[in-house]
Amino acid sequence: MSKLPKPENLASSIDHRPPRKPWMDTKPEFRPGTYSYPAKPKVLENMGFPFPREWSPTDEDWKLPENWQEIVHNAFKDRLSKYRSLKVFMDICVRCGACADKCHYFIGSGDPKNMPVLRAELLRSIYRNDFTTFGKLLGRFGGARKLTEDVIKEWFYYFYQCTECRRCSLFCPYGIDTAEITMMGRELLHELGLSINWVMEPISNCFHVGNHLGIPPHTFKDIIDFMCDDIEEITGIRIEVPLNKKGAEVLFVTPSGDYFADPGTYTFMGYLMLFHEIGLDYTMSTYASEGGNFGLFNSYEAMKRLNAKIYAEAKRLGVKWILGGECGHMWRVVHQYMDTLNGPADFLEVPRNPITGTVFHNARSTKMVHVVEFTSDLIKHGALNLDPSRNDHLIVTHHDSCNPSRALGLFEEPRYILRHVCNHFYDMPDQTIREQTFCCGSGAGLNNDEFMEMRMRGGMPRAQAVKYVHKKYGVNTLTCICAIDRAALPTLMDYWVPEVQVAGIHELVANALVMRGEKEREVNLRGEPLPGKEG
Amino acid sequence: MNAVYALIIVLGLVLLPLVGAGVAGLHALFGVVIPYVAFFTFLVGFIYRVINWAKSPVPFRIPTTGGQQESLRWIKQNKLDNPSTTAGVVGRMFLEIFCFRSLFRNTRMQFKYEDGPKLYYGSSKFLWLGAIAFHYCFFIILLRHMRFFTDPIPAVFQWLDKLDGILQIGVPNIYITEFVILGALLFLFLRRIVVPQLRYISLPADYFPLFLIMAIVITGILMRYFIRTDIIEVKTLTMGLVTLHPKVPQDIGVIFYIHLFLVSVLMAYFPWSKLMHSGGVFLSPTRNLANTSRMERHVNPWDYPVKLHTYEEWEDEYREVMKEAGIPVEKE
Repeated sequence: MSKLPKPENLASSIDHRPPRKPWMDTKPEFRPGTYSYPAKPKVLENMGFPFPREWSPTDEDWKLPENWQEIVHNAFKDRLSKYRSLKVFMDICVRCGACADKCHYFIGSGDPKNMPVLRAELLRSIYRNDFTTFGKLLGRFGGARKLTEDVIKEWFYYFYQCTECRRCSLFCPYGIDTAEITMMGRELLHELGLSINWVMEPISNCFHVGNHLGIPPHTFKDIIDFMCDDIEEITGIRIEVPLNKKGAEVLFVTPSGDYFADPGTYTFMGYLMLFHEIGLDYTMSTYASEGGNFGLFNSYEAMKRLNAKIYAEAKRLGVKWILGGECGHMWRVVHQYMDTLNGPADFLEVPRNPITGTVFHNARSTKMVHVVEFTSDLIKHGALNLDPSRNDHLIVTHHDSCNPSRALGLFEEPRYILRHVCNHFYDMPDQTIREQTFCCGSGAGLNNDEFMEMRMRGGMPRAQAVKYVHKKYGVNTLTCICAIDRAALPTLMDYWVPEVQVAGIHELVANALVMRGEKEREVNLRGEPLPGKEG
Repeated sequence: MNAVYALIIVLGLVLLPLVGAGVAGLHALFGVVIPYVAFFTFLVGFIYRVINWAKSPVPFRIPTTGGQQESLRWIKQNKLDNPSTTAGVVGRMFLEIFCFRSLFRNTRMQFKYEDGPKLYYGSSKFLWLGAIAFHYCFFIILLRHMRFFTDPIPAVFQWLDKLDGILQIGVPNIYITEFVILGALLFLFLRRIVVPQLRYISLPADYFPLFLIMAIVITGILMRYFIRTDIIEVKTLTMGLVTLHPKVPQDIGVIFYIHLFLVSVLMAYFPWSKLMHSGGVFLSPTRNLANTSRMERHVNPWDYPVKLHTYEEWEDEYREVMKEAGIPVEKE
């Protein structure tokens, strides 16, 4: 792993002026810290993906299959016939440049090929050459170029420097969505056996074991028992968490990051305490023990294979509807893909909150409700006894996670909850929240250690907005509704704004939640003394 | 350099009718044949491109949501930026197409390093303004030209003509749109040259239409104010074209043929170029779909079964440890 430059050195080196050389003549430099390690051959074999082999991005020879050009051409043609998005987006860009300074990787790196328009041109230039008459005739003059090994290397470098956050697509006058471009680019690379381990290993784990982190069922139970011990110590209440319980009303699915590492674990404890308090008849599954879906990042087929488990398990256990935890990419898949991929969910019922009676009409087909929708409904109906003063030591701002923002539009629900569970909440500047939110810089499978420099660069716009409210209001807590955020933002904060900690919304909910029969609480879920209980 | 290439091509395109219609007197070619071919190319090409796009399905419902979703009843939905009904989508598309909604949102990032990185995001409406000015002027000018293709001229085109000349400066009255469109084109060109990132991404295909349309506007202005052209003769030609009984009057100046030829080039070039954004914006799945992803099932026409790891297979692998941990299993 490379040595990470100091924040001041990294920031002062950013230069947004492009080089003199035209972009078609520049090659990426595979410098440590700017690329992710390739997928191990074993992992690709496990999933039946083509051309598993040992290779490294720094090698001169990437050991491409013999007919690699033909493979890419045919795969490209296939995707064009399957996705109108790709076809239209290949044709209609006018290069107005509105997207250029919207990308967090461009802002943080200054690399012109991180402007969404150029990221797409990497693919478009080949499209023009291979699939348009004008492109074929005019060549470089018409913005076309031949597919060479250098192009493949460039694709690998830049399509794995995009987190598919879709911020650019909001500003594009035609709605050109770079996530679509990046997903297709990554699919084409997959056909040549080129992918990154930090995406493929979780996919393989999720497929075979049940979750990205490869936690087997008995360990999953151990972890939950351990958390219940902690909860008992803090609240005096012993919680039972039903696993694989047939006939439960609700199946709860959340990303494995929530039960694997801090601060996600606190959020997870928060869910458990909430469900216990309201007496929700639910179950978790050890087979579908993952809400997140790394397949979204680069392969339609992998996405479908992983996602299928959720409905399958809901059917086997005979639940009525599904509740989903705080997670970003998971919710893009659940909201925009799941019903299409593995539906119809006709064996489930339209979700209805058993406590308040609210019917979640907006989830009537997919039958899966976001826990933030669920909890805000509980609060609205006064179903929870909350003491926000327990969070008085927290001065909170909220990071709108990319996918719930630009794929769902989940803005008011988390803020409504926050306003009821803490007394000090301040939003970051308008251009950095809600639909204009900035990525954590580590999404779409890029939350790996070897990519750290680019993560800190890409996360800089988010971090600077946090810094702004930290200085202005003394903000010390950044909430989010995404497991990748909870894994990535603490590192980002340590680097740019070390005074700020990261928490899921349900961690704050649980700290404020006054449970029936609880003992006088001294500490919060992190074991830190509550306000007024110090010393 | 890319701008220079594009300029040379446009100048070359001006020379063609200058020599062809002016010197060689090929009036029928430049006045009838080429315009017909160009118009036909435009029409067929445009329809072909749109049908070709439409042939590829939209497998998933992937709108980019720009505001609060439809959720619990007491939460106010942003019905235009995050529509969940057809009416909402029509509203969103209307704003997008007629008001350039997304471009209106544009911001400009400024980065400074002084005692740590500093980022600023200012509202930036100039691109929106330039784009709106250009497109509306183009549209009005196009409609104004309908007086050459109708007889009698419908009142609406006459009003438009009056409105555009409302300043009543000069004889004949100057049109506001002519000068606004030139200004907008100049702005759109200059930003490509001046802003380093834009210069970096601009292709000859980005400069070419700007120069071409500029040349069309300039020849139009020249014809109207400086090199007078016999308007009656022009109308004879245009009415001949539109009634499919083409006549070729002999006394029209070469400037008209240059104008007409450049317009023909624009029409023929249109369907094969980025100018197709005019058709494509209607088909953009991130804009033209309602955010009803969890409300209504969206079907993927090319969906196919994939290899799964079923619960039964999975339990076979973990049954013993599950039993030991007290987790229920299907088969004891």
